[in-house]
Amino acid sequence: MMTAVRLYIEFFLTGLFAVGGGLATLPFLYEMSARTGWFSNQDILNLIAVSESTPGAIGINMATYAGFTTLGPAGGVLATLALITPSIIIIILISKVLEKFRDSAVVKGIFRGLRPASTAMIAAAGLGVARLALLRTDMLAGGNLLQVFNLPAIALAVILFVCMRKFKIHVIAYIGIAALAGILIGF
Amino acid sequence: MKELMELIWVFAQIGACTFGGGYAMLPLLQREVVEKRNWVTEEELMDYYAIGQCTPGIIAINTATFIGYKRKGLCGGIFATIGFVIPSLIIITLIAAFMKNFASLKLVSSALSGIRICVCALILDAVIRLYKKAVVDKVSVGIFLVVLLLSLLTDIPSAMIVVAAGLFGYILVWRGGMAK
Repeated sequence: MMTAVRLYIEFFLTGLFAVGGGLATLPFLYEMSARTGWFSNQDILNLIAVSESTPGAIGINMATYAGFTTLGPAGGVLATLALITPSIIIIILISKVLEKFRDSAVVKGIFRGLRPASTAMIAAAGLGVARLALLRTDMLAGGNLLQVFNLPAIALAVILFVCMRKFKIHVIAYIGIAALAGILIGF
Repeated sequence: MKELMELIWVFAQIGACTFGGGYAMLPLLQREVVEKRNWVTEEELMDYYAIGQCTPGIIAINTATFIGYKRKGLCGGIFATIGFVIPSLIIITLIAAFMKNFASLKLVSSALSGIRICVCALILDAVIRLYKKAVVDKVSVGIFLVVLLLSLLTDIPSAMIVVAAGLFGYILVWRGGMAK
């Protein structure tokens, strides 16, 4: 029971202090492992690999995995709920404030600055994924520039993109097709 | 109650299709929550994302709470967020219990190599739509380019970049530069 309470508090604090994407929770996990001994550094490496290769937010996946390692299935649920509790409280408070000031010139001005910034960050994240998925940067050393481009991968990306713009099919269909292509062809 | 169940269902689907972190969630939100259901506008989605970056917690969770709250208040925020984490809970618990070697399976890594390509196409599609709404004048083109370069080339935390961009927008309004 004590461990359960501590597990909740540890992940609550992680949710409270980790700002940004899921990997922002990583330093907290390392500290937690050093302080509590609930899981090893090897466990952390494994949970990063699993979290990145399964659907869902990476931070949530890591919390579920770390909680499971500590206290079994109930620990996984507990750690995940703990991680999202601060978000829910803080975002609901902010939503209430926003409702009130939505039409003020100040808030509108702030958002005029935020929206292009937000778009640029998503574009940057997309380019990061594209470098991993469409390029073979390790070929750069070989000197043959053409080999740097993973042509089959780029072709699939173009086909998927055109289909997305043209047809309104559920995203899961595209993900399924892409996964299948990955298994059959390999990129 | 029916609406709360729908929130859980929609966000569970989004949680199950989000590969590669919070940013990959955006194209799904555009389709399911903006286009199909009109729960929020594209602009609101961008605002939630921006705020979600510089407030405590994981971006994907913050965004889910925002949309749920907009739709159905306090309960909506909680239900949407719970819905989003349900697939993670199930999938990760199963893997942690039975398949610790999951990430090193050949089948998994080949499937992921394909899924990553799909995520590229999805994010490109999302960025094009957002760009049309967010980048409307010279000032916003400038902000877009500066932030893009900063995110690509430096290690400045994104929370700081977001705060700086918001402050910049505020100063422009204050000086009358963006008054519209």
